[in-house]
Amino acid sequence: MTDPTQETQQAYRPEMSRLWWLRRRSYVFFVLRELSSIFVAWSVVFLLLLIRALAQGDAAYATFLDWAANPGVVAVNVVTLAFLVLHSVTWFNLTPAATVVKLRGQRVPPTAIAGGAYAGWVVVTAVVLALVVTR
Amino acid sequence: MADTITLEVARYRPDRESEPTVEAFEVPLRRDWAVLDGLNHVKDNLDGSLSYRWSCRMGICGSCGMTVNGEPRLTCATFLVDYAPGPVRVEPLANFPVIRDLVVDIGDFMRKLPQVSPWIVRGEERPLDEGEYLQTPEQLADYSQFSMCINCMLCYSACPVYGLDPEFVGPAAIALAQRYNLDSRDEGADVRMDLLIHPEGIWGCTFVGECTRACPKGVDPAGAIQRYKLTAALQSVKSFVLPRGPR
Repeated sequence: MTDPTQETQQAYRPEMSRLWWLRRRSYVFFVLRELSSIFVAWSVVFLLLLIRALAQGDAAYATFLDWAANPGVVAVNVVTLAFLVLHSVTWFNLTPAATVVKLRGQRVPPTAIAGGAYAGWVVVTAVVLALVVTR
Repeated sequence: MADTITLEVARYRPDRESEPTVEAFEVPLRRDWAVLDGLNHVKDNLDGSLSYRWSCRMGICGSCGMTVNGEPRLTCATFLVDYAPGPVRVEPLANFPVIRDLVVDIGDFMRKLPQVSPWIVRGEERPLDEGEYLQTPEQLADYSQFSMCINCMLCYSACPVYGLDPEFVGPAAIALAQRYNLDSRDEGADVRMDLLIHPEGIWGCTFVGECTRACPKGVDPAGAIQRYKLTAALQSVKSFVLPRGPR
């Protein structure tokens, strides 16, 4: 009889290719979601630069606005916006997986939890828009 | 409907090949035949040396998991007609060492599983004459989804994190830990936490979510892991805010 441990030693161990994430649409989507963190970081840096320019006075703010209107910066920010939307939507969609809320012994349905997160997002966006428009 | 369908079966015979090859077999295409029936036809009539695992043929033993046309599936619950006109590619479960043909080495999972103490842990057992540990239907509902796991390892096969880092405790073991953590009769959450909050535990998971999609029993291991991340994070905050208080 063959020694089973002997067979295990001869086992074929497939290596995962570097391009494993191209094998499946859901993997590509996952990698894009992971990549979105870089753009989230960029949006934070951009916001900090904006605040610094504001604090330094009108001239600095005008220089910042000029720089931000540069086609290269606009292009980066358009891509950033797309990744931020992807990041936020996937984040809200996963909240029901992580949070189990019970009301009067009944589990709140996942759609209600995600719906609450989206509603909060809409409210915050509306408040920010109102502040910008009525400034 | 054609009378036959081609099965492209991965073959690996360590005494003959250094890496897997593919062998095609023509098998009857019947409405009630699963991929496993096709493999059994090959074994019984065409090539008795074909090796694969199977047992119950009813989606409960968890032993016939293989990769069918690139997807981790229970071959007893995956029907040939759904792949007509074929061919159907049958390969061993991905992310595991292949011992022979469609048989993979499951030793890694078998070592990890007992590490999460997947049984009811009690600080102190109640005397027998006090009767059973009673549970309400609501308490049962808290964990019953996670108790459906049949240890088929399709989730490990679907998980790229496990493929890249075999030290990762993995979806089924963490879901089973949660199955007992959420059981009102269990008192072993602290014991399990030491292993689960390890970097190779819950924090290894990047929430690809493929484990949940692959699960044939609707267990949702990805959900179990994310819920446990929240529990562990809250626990850390509590121990930081109340270093000597109740944890």
